[in-house]
Amino acid sequence: MSVTKKDIADLLVDRIGVTHNQALSITNDFFDEIKKSLAQGESVKLSSFGNFIVREKSARPGRNPKTGEQVMISARKVVTFKAGPKLKKATQIGV
Amino acid sequence: MKKTDLILNLSDHSRLSKVDAKASVEVILEALTKGIVSGEGVEIRGFGGFYKKYRKARLGINPKTSERTQVKEKFVPFFKPGKSLRKSVNKD
Repeated sequence: MSVTKKDIADLLVDRIGVTHNQALSITNDFFDEIKKSLAQGESVKLSSFGNFIVREKSARPGRNPKTGEQVMISARKVVTFKAGPKLKKATQIGV
Repeated sequence: MKKTDLILNLSDHSRLSKVDAKASVEVILEALTKGIVSGEGVEIRGFGGFYKKYRKARLGINPKTSERTQVKEKFVPFFKPGKSLRKSVNKD
């Protein structure tokens, strides 16, 4: 079962000693703050974890895989995540 | 935005002391890391998911010396942005 906001909130109750409602609001705020920054086009750098970067993609021709029809994919912004060295290393454990 | 900015914003917003806001951010990052490392993955509605992806062993070339070396199989952390995050980045 994947980790969800509820799991994170439960952990905050345990470790920080906040109430359940506070823990939920902290968890929501955490992701909302990151989202807000990215929405303004500003990267978010979290040391010991990784960086969320907003990248500009230019328009390119694509194809509808179902119909084979050629369509133009419009220019857009995408969020990419670049894991930091600590997280990358931790992910190797158990290989 | 850096981690310290995030901590200050959280402390303002949730009426939390700076010490508690900092501890909360560390606990959340630790929970995310654990979820990725264990292979369970993390799913945050409206934000996205964190997973790890398998990378096969391959022959790599050292770009400096153009020497061939074996690169071992490994897992890499991966983030997939959620619908709402993709939308909010593109709203203009």
